[in-house]
Amino acid sequence: MEVTKLKAHEIHEMLKKGEISVRELTEAFLDRIDRIDDRIHAYITVTREKALEQADRVDAGIRSEGNTEVLAGIPMALKDNLCTKDIKTTCSSKILYNYKPPYSATVVEKLEEKGAVMLGKLNMDEFAMGSSTENSGFFTTRNPWDLERVPGGSSGGSAAAVAAGEAVYSLGSDTGGSIRQPAAFCGVVGLKPTYGRVSRYGLVAFASSLDQIGPITKDVRDCALVLKAIAGYDPMDSTSVNAPVPDYEKILDDNIKGLRVGIPKEYFGSGISSEVKDRVREAIDVLEGLGAICEETSLPHTEYALPVYYIIAPAEASSNLARYDGVQYGYRNMEVEDLISMYKTTRSEGFGPEVKRRIMLGTYALSSGYYDAYYLKALKVRTLIKQDFDRAFEKFDVLVTPTTPTTAFKIGERTKDLISMYMSDLLTVPANMAGIPAISVPCGLSNGLPVGMQIMAKPFAEDVLLKTAYAYECHRGFEITAPELEVF
Amino acid sequence: MLPLTREEVEHVAMLARLELSREETENYTNQLDSILEYVDKLNELDVENVEPTAHVLPINNVFREDKVWEGISRDVALDNAPDKEDGQFKVPKIV
Repeated sequence: MEVTKLKAHEIHEMLKKGEISVRELTEAFLDRIDRIDDRIHAYITVTREKALEQADRVDAGIRSEGNTEVLAGIPMALKDNLCTKDIKTTCSSKILYNYKPPYSATVVEKLEEKGAVMLGKLNMDEFAMGSSTENSGFFTTRNPWDLERVPGGSSGGSAAAVAAGEAVYSLGSDTGGSIRQPAAFCGVVGLKPTYGRVSRYGLVAFASSLDQIGPITKDVRDCALVLKAIAGYDPMDSTSVNAPVPDYEKILDDNIKGLRVGIPKEYFGSGISSEVKDRVREAIDVLEGLGAICEETSLPHTEYALPVYYIIAPAEASSNLARYDGVQYGYRNMEVEDLISMYKTTRSEGFGPEVKRRIMLGTYALSSGYYDAYYLKALKVRTLIKQDFDRAFEKFDVLVTPTTPTTAFKIGERTKDLISMYMSDLLTVPANMAGIPAISVPCGLSNGLPVGMQIMAKPFAEDVLLKTAYAYECHRGFEITAPELEVF
Repeated sequence: MLPLTREEVEHVAMLARLELSREETENYTNQLDSILEYVDKLNELDVENVEPTAHVLPINNVFREDKVWEGISRDVALDNAPDKEDGQFKVPKIV
């Protein structure tokens, strides 16, 4: 078995038995990146030397003290909107093409403390705005299942790298589905934690009331391990919540007898591919077979979540992205002679079309005369969406839906039609509106492409979420692995 | 809602400190219009008596102890600056 196909908990066992060194492991991944990434295009930056240095450090630690941390020595990679000290962090934007942060994100420090080996930084839609990586300022990442198709987005590089065996796991960020949608498209597990579960310190802000960092992994156990490592209160993020972090891995078992599963009918509407619905219904049958009590329910305001998102997210983004002014870091137009022209030319040349579009939309929605009609209205409808979930969770432990309306679409297929591109987040956006945790787990194929099942739970019930996903994964009766790429 | 005008789009671009070409202004006028048309769906709902949700967490006014700690040095803070002089960020003429 090639090590690049293994899960973190499997590699940990090999490391414990001394069957492989962290250096050998790291070299195997770097070698695989060398051989296949010119076809996948997941990586913006590969941090070869740093990875090997860290590998040697962890090897030395294993020799002297033994290896207890399960993530020690495991090669991983990060979405390029997570700050890494002295390592380029671009957000796939020309405006940050040369930015080297003076500090690391809290999640990065937490993983480094555990001995994680970082292989590099992964491609994304510019500033996490998009659903396909086609909005990257640099290049488009390919889906390892079909190189003509998108990997999803915005954490497309993070999902593609894991699916293609270019990292054991990765971190992404999710504002409206940006972890779950690419995880579904690439046939891997992706979790958006409860808002406040994971510190956002060092995550380049897109829409601050919606953004969360989360893991993308090959299976549910790895997902639990990584979440446990990155979760928790952080004084540097005043929206992180000071609540104990359960041992998410220890609580995993496949006993979900009596679990109350709600199936919201709005997520199975006419816009959803029938094959996707079939796969998710088959997955629900598996849960039922395990003793879960499944029942149809309704979240009546679901159809309003996407329009609300397209006001709130751009509004917050237009404010967050005001900081890119060419003064303190990043790109600056050096030709012009007065300050206002410098701002305007720098921003116009540095941002790509989708980012400018959302800045414009957000600025408009917040501008004098339109604030009440758009922004305030959207915040009020957000309350209705949240109340739908509050009511549903009085009756159900989890809600099960498809993650995406369709499987991965072709590169270029949706770039001309904005609304059709936005529609791919239809089923993931509501969880961000309500701040609840949600996971995508592969639940089969449609025409050779992976389908994702989304499970949502009430705030801070990641344990229930992971347990449900784990029970399903143990009993679904098949493995989902991207087809092997020819290695030259 | 009335359709967006070119002038409105130019005004918003000014507020956002973006410089748009003629073609971009044209495109954004049409595209923003189609997004706003989609968003108009929200007007189907009566939200007169609904409280807005700006934030999902019941956290308000987070304070920390008034303790001094070391931040990043001036040199490090200036490392990424496109232009600098005498330990300060340098910008084009303001007035």
